[in-house]
Amino acid sequence: MNAFLAVIRRDLLLVMRRKSEVLTIVFFFMIVTSLFPLGIGADTALLRKIAPGVIWVAALLSTMLGLQRLFATDYADGTLEQMALSPTPLALLVGGKITAHWLVCGLPLVLLAPVIGIQFDLDANTLGTLILALLIGTPILSLVGAIGAALTLGVRGGGVLLSLLVLPLYIPVLIFGAGAVYAQSVDLDIGGHFSLLAALLVLALFFAPWATTAAVRIAIE
Amino acid sequence: MSLNQSSLRADAITCVRGERALFTGLDLEVTSGEWLHIRGENGIGKTSLLRLLSGLSKPAAGCIFWNNQPIELDPDDYHRNLLFLGHRDALKEDLTALENLVIASALDDLTVSEEEIFLALHRFGLRGREDLPVNCLSAGQKRRVLLARLLLRKAKLWILDEPFNALDTQAVEMLSGLIAEHIAVGGMAIMTSHQVIPMPNGRVIQL
Repeated sequence: MNAFLAVIRRDLLLVMRRKSEVLTIVFFFMIVTSLFPLGIGADTALLRKIAPGVIWVAALLSTMLGLQRLFATDYADGTLEQMALSPTPLALLVGGKITAHWLVCGLPLVLLAPVIGIQFDLDANTLGTLILALLIGTPILSLVGAIGAALTLGVRGGGVLLSLLVLPLYIPVLIFGAGAVYAQSVDLDIGGHFSLLAALLVLALFFAPWATTAAVRIAIE
Repeated sequence: MSLNQSSLRADAITCVRGERALFTGLDLEVTSGEWLHIRGENGIGKTSLLRLLSGLSKPAAGCIFWNNQPIELDPDDYHRNLLFLGHRDALKEDLTALENLVIASALDDLTVSEEEIFLALHRFGLRGREDLPVNCLSAGQKRRVLLARLLLRKAKLWILDEPFNALDTQAVEMLSGLIAEHIAVGGMAIMTSHQVIPMPNGRVIQL
């Protein structure tokens, strides 16, 4: 656990020293989501209708921005080798890196969501649903994205390949995440969407660190 | 086998990179109180051999044993006894020398005080540079930060890839002395170097 926390602390320290990474993600999310109300105008009914999809698509594209660097620098400077040789299981250390990625790339989006939602004229209940859906959904994006980041380690043009690998896997999260927000906005039951999102999170928590670790080991070898 | 008597043995290992066999059927053994110097021209497979011995990659044939047990049987136990320092520094340029070593120690599952890290850095001639970001240090100083881990991690087996690279004469002497101390107390070391290592009682393996 000491090593797990050390990995999180180190990755957060690195982000604090180089703030551009987190700021890029936050500004990208804010700008993309703000372009739609600016482009569409004051048609609040239309904005409310498109809000779930727009915010979720922006969220998953934003989290992708930090994915390529998730393991790349550790791979390049030899840190991944040291992690593989640590007495602490590599899966736990990989879990630490994924947690740090979510804290840097996912959590800020959850915190910004209410502000973004106001631009789309979402009511308080829908904003609450949006926050909860992002809170459950963004860790899935980090977990699934980590598998792609590890699989494309050391591959030339890995960024494009990473997108092609990961974006299709994000589709269920997008459907149920945006679906929950839309269902709330039209007063439908949201339980089903949240159950499926939670099931996806449990599956990702169980399988993603294991799959990512296997891919990291292949890359190191 | 007692705690003080350990051995690393490679039986008929073969290393293949792409379609080229770097070496085949290589045997070697190192026991407590011994050190091996692996020599050979560039590209012959010295680093690949160290990676095999550390467990970072697997041999195409043959087996590696730690205390007569294949290393893949209990890799965590093997890695607790191993300190591998490779070509790459594994240092984060934006963090200070102190922060890098605190995190490296945590990854090694060690509880090390800042005082111990300061002492290790001082011994490697980095007094006054503990709180500088690593990107402000020279290549030799970065190497010294990496080598300070030798003082913090009480591993029985050291596998060192070109440890004398970028070091000045004084640091080479200091590192040689440190390795000699490690061997004298029953440790073991395997290293590659193109230099003549100023240490007694080592065996040389020419690839």
